[in-house]
Amino acid sequence: MSVLELKSVSVIYPPATKTGEDVHALENITLNITGNDFVVALGASGCGKTTLLNVMAGFIQPSGGEVLLDSKPIKGPGADRGVVFQQHALLPWLNVIDNTSFGLMLQKMKTDERTKVASKYLKLVGLEEFQKHYPYQLSGGMRQRVGLARALTSDPAILLMDEPLGALDALTREIMQELVLDIWRETGKMVFFITHSVDEAIFMATRLIVMSPRPGRIIKSYNLDFYQRFFKTRDARRVKSQQEFIDVRQEVLNIIHGDEIRIDQG
Amino acid sequence: MSVTNSIKEVSIKNLSKIFGRGAVKPGESYGAPGIGSSTAISVFTSITLIFLWWFITNMGWIEPLFLPTPEAVLKKFADVSSEEFAGSTLWGHTKASLFRVFGSFFLACVTAIPVGIAMGVNRIFRGIFDPPIEFYRPIPPLGYLPLTIIWLGIDDVQKITLIYLAVFAPMALSARAGVRSVTIEQIQMAYSLGASRGQVIWHVIVKGAMPEIITGMRIGIGFGWTTLVAAEMVAAEAGIGHMVLSAAEFLVTDVVIMGIFVIGAIAYMFDLFMRFIERKVVPWKGKM
Repeated sequence: MSVLELKSVSVIYPPATKTGEDVHALENITLNITGNDFVVALGASGCGKTTLLNVMAGFIQPSGGEVLLDSKPIKGPGADRGVVFQQHALLPWLNVIDNTSFGLMLQKMKTDERTKVASKYLKLVGLEEFQKHYPYQLSGGMRQRVGLARALTSDPAILLMDEPLGALDALTREIMQELVLDIWRETGKMVFFITHSVDEAIFMATRLIVMSPRPGRIIKSYNLDFYQRFFKTRDARRVKSQQEFIDVRQEVLNIIHGDEIRIDQG
Repeated sequence: MSVTNSIKEVSIKNLSKIFGRGAVKPGESYGAPGIGSSTAISVFTSITLIFLWWFITNMGWIEPLFLPTPEAVLKKFADVSSEEFAGSTLWGHTKASLFRVFGSFFLACVTAIPVGIAMGVNRIFRGIFDPPIEFYRPIPPLGYLPLTIIWLGIDDVQKITLIYLAVFAPMALSARAGVRSVTIEQIQMAYSLGASRGQVIWHVIVKGAMPEIITGMRIGIGFGWTTLVAAEMVAAEAGIGHMVLSAAEFLVTDVVIMGIFVIGAIAYMFDLFMRFIERKVVPWKGKM
């Protein structure tokens, strides 16, 4: 079983102007992701969610603290952490199957072998019929599914998802939430998922962390199980309209807004 | 009073039709600049221009010395195809020019594209190549033509170098711009799948820069044809530019015009070919 550990991680950006001050993007973040955790980070723009993900992905070196995957420090990006971007980041000159197997091609896997692996994951995301299509022939939701399948092909320990559903329309978004949950259950991967949407966060998370800006830090953490109710009933809308769900949402919104008011006042 | 008003109204209505101010038919998008096909109009324009040329010259309104008839130009095309003019037949001239232009173009492709990519991905390469390229790029090739003669003499090496220099800068700068059109997500995606730096450059950056690279090749070959005549001005024994300049010296205007048409036709056909290549290589251009 894999473990991703963040120990007192801080990230400080240099000042944007000569006279400006350092920007504390993240301060003292401690977080353990393990087993089949589905950790969702929620917070307003500028609270350091994406910085946190970039640290886990190995794109940004923390200014302080440690990031460990299975007790080994993360020094840079690698295939053991699959990243799903907000803008799908597909390569427009490759068709769906080649985009999906791109990582395997980089690892120099043989063509028929990597086609087999990629087909398996394309089937998982429901796109086995679209192997020969090019990204420009796909809808936004389908592109995002290809991005997800691609991240899965290298069998990473954790999926890092940076607002993967942020650019989709509301209806596609609901379908994709269910799809992501189903795939998470099927593959048993750890997930770190960033979102702006309070509903999405509460619905999908096993653990929800609420973040606050300036400096970016975790102000509240919840263990949730609404996803289980969805697995039982297969009715996402009913789960989201349950009183308990609404109560949690109210509380989370109060925390976020209360935090904003506190900052505004001083 | 009411009559002038109604005239005004009618003319405004017609104007708004021409400038597309009314609501559009379903399937068109309102306000899109220049919608609709222009092929028929282009064909009409071409035929009209040729007809006017034919009509004016055949009426004898212009001296053949200034503008010969289309028939005379066509006849010269046939004549020079079989008989030598200025030291060579038309095919000989064309061959010499094609060798120079495409030789330079080929050399520029294998050097300018890698240099442009290197400038895009590496600050050291950018630091080295940026000053010389930006310095000589705006200078007209005619400006440094004398220098190439002093350095390299007057044979094909000098001519190819001159054309090569004209082609190199736009191609290198296009390739460099192409690197910038690759998104940071695409690059980070490749790294997060375990790509090495070399793999990122080849599989993501070079391929992502292809639309700009091909545009650069089209612009580059255009500069090549422009520079060809300048290159063949001095001590050439064959070449379309040389043929045209020799003909101009003896006021053989029909050969001058014929040569211009040959250059234009070859350049146009090559551009059509490049557009075909573009559709094959980057069918996704402008769609994502």
